[in-house]
Amino acid sequence: MTTDALTDSAPVTRPTDDDAVVRRAYRWRKIRRRLLVHLAQALVLVVVIGGWQLLASTKHLDPTLFGKPSGVVSRLHTWIRDGTSIGSLGDQVKVTLEEALYGFLIGTALGIVCGVALGRVRFLADVFGPFIKVLNSIPRIVLGSVFVLMFGLGLESKVILVVVLVFFGVFFNAFQGTREVDRNFLANAAILGASKWQITRHVVLPSAFTWIVASLHVAFGFALIGAIVGEFIGAQQGLGQLIKYAQGTFDANGVWAAMVIMALVALIAEWLITRLERRLLRWRPAQLNHPDL
Amino acid sequence: MSNHPAIELRDISKSFTTPRGGRYQALRNLSLTVDQGEFCAVVGPTGCGKSTTLTLVSGLERPTTGGVFIDGQPVRGIGRDIAFMFQTDAIFPWKTVIDNVLAGPKFRHAPMAQARADAHGWLQRVGLTGFEDRYPHQLSGGMRKRVALAQSLINSPRILLMDEPFSALDVQTRAIMSNELLGLWDLTKPAVIFVTHDLEEAIALADKVVVMTAGPAATVKATFPIDLPRPRVVQEIRFDAHFVDLYRNIWEALRSEVDAAYAQTAPKQEAA
Repeated sequence: MTTDALTDSAPVTRPTDDDAVVRRAYRWRKIRRRLLVHLAQALVLVVVIGGWQLLASTKHLDPTLFGKPSGVVSRLHTWIRDGTSIGSLGDQVKVTLEEALYGFLIGTALGIVCGVALGRVRFLADVFGPFIKVLNSIPRIVLGSVFVLMFGLGLESKVILVVVLVFFGVFFNAFQGTREVDRNFLANAAILGASKWQITRHVVLPSAFTWIVASLHVAFGFALIGAIVGEFIGAQQGLGQLIKYAQGTFDANGVWAAMVIMALVALIAEWLITRLERRLLRWRPAQLNHPDL
Repeated sequence: MSNHPAIELRDISKSFTTPRGGRYQALRNLSLTVDQGEFCAVVGPTGCGKSTTLTLVSGLERPTTGGVFIDGQPVRGIGRDIAFMFQTDAIFPWKTVIDNVLAGPKFRHAPMAQARADAHGWLQRVGLTGFEDRYPHQLSGGMRKRVALAQSLINSPRILLMDEPFSALDVQTRAIMSNELLGLWDLTKPAVIFVTHDLEEAIALADKVVVMTAGPAATVKATFPIDLPRPRVVQEIRFDAHFVDLYRNIWEALRSEVDAAYAQTAPKQEAA
């Protein structure tokens, strides 16, 4: 017994084995922690969705008004299999995504260009500053009605609404980012012989991108909102129209099902933007990047 | 090379408008000459307008009155023959080491193949071969200063302006960098204005040391030629008997200005 204990304990004191033990313990702690988090998350889902299902099945919640999870799942299933009341599900997703994406791209580009221009040129900022503040204070969702009247029920009115929603967030971040560029970088570039345009291209833009990229997360959220609301106000196709139709026919499950689809789209977009962020800002030290949430 | 001094400041004054609308005179009746290939160190208490003087020579700012001349020509805007090393890191954190060094040639539309070869040469001279693709945040403070040196020197400046470039470094790294600076300066011999608050560094590096008065309305108090032989070893020259004499002389001139500057920043303690 004692000899066993001795021979057993002897190799453990060797540093390499000791390291391995410490590393294994560390890895195990990490895995356990992650398991615990996932378990808790699963529990939250079960409680919320299970509770909802239970309350709806026992008629404590009226399933025609509140829907119920199993109904949502079967509605999604029929949509995927048979298509929706206004056309195939894929078409609706595609229409909404198109509106959101075009608007997002145009709005972001405009926001960056205007933000950097006003940030760089004092005169422009002084002239346009008050106008932009006034426009920003308008609840822009209302403009959706105007755009539907002006541009009809098709793609254009939604894209323009999305552009208007996306623009301001990106604009203000680009403007602020341009203003906050370290003066030393500007002076250094000027001394090294950079023209105004080269300073904008090589110093201002990369520096401001930290701010701009941060606004893209919020901006894409706004893009989806803009597309959906635009379809609410007047459209023939799209997820917003699908929700409106479901609401009109007291189909609570349909509303929830459309929301599940939107959540998936938003998650995928968020993931893509985070990838883009990593790519654009890889020059920054790792600890300055936000933790994943 | 022309017969004119490389840099001449003729009776310049510089005032700023303060945020409250008042005027702050940073420099008054300052005259200073730096010959071709001369290494001039400027020392003075904090806030005496040393950095302002550099921005005037670089063309980043203009004097309120008086003239700034480079090679006898009045300065209008930022000159092509000038390099500037800043106190804080001013290399671009979003560019790799090699792209930072190439920034000058790129901005100046130089042929890039030649520039690339030059950049590798300068990186080798500052001891950063193998670090071409790193980003600045992956380098130590001393290495970032080396990148800044290479970035400045690749443009083969005739004039090198340095604003306390090594003040953020630890003492040992600083001595090493000073030595390397002297070696690199010897290669191309630009005229240098090296601003510092460290008298020892100033004497060890320079051909002449200019002492400035305390601000506001600072000007040149005295100029001391430094006749220590070159090449110098920065870490060891301070033990030289002549170095000590020079230090004592210049410190004599500098001390009252340092006291005056201190009295301005801490009047209460002074009264107590």
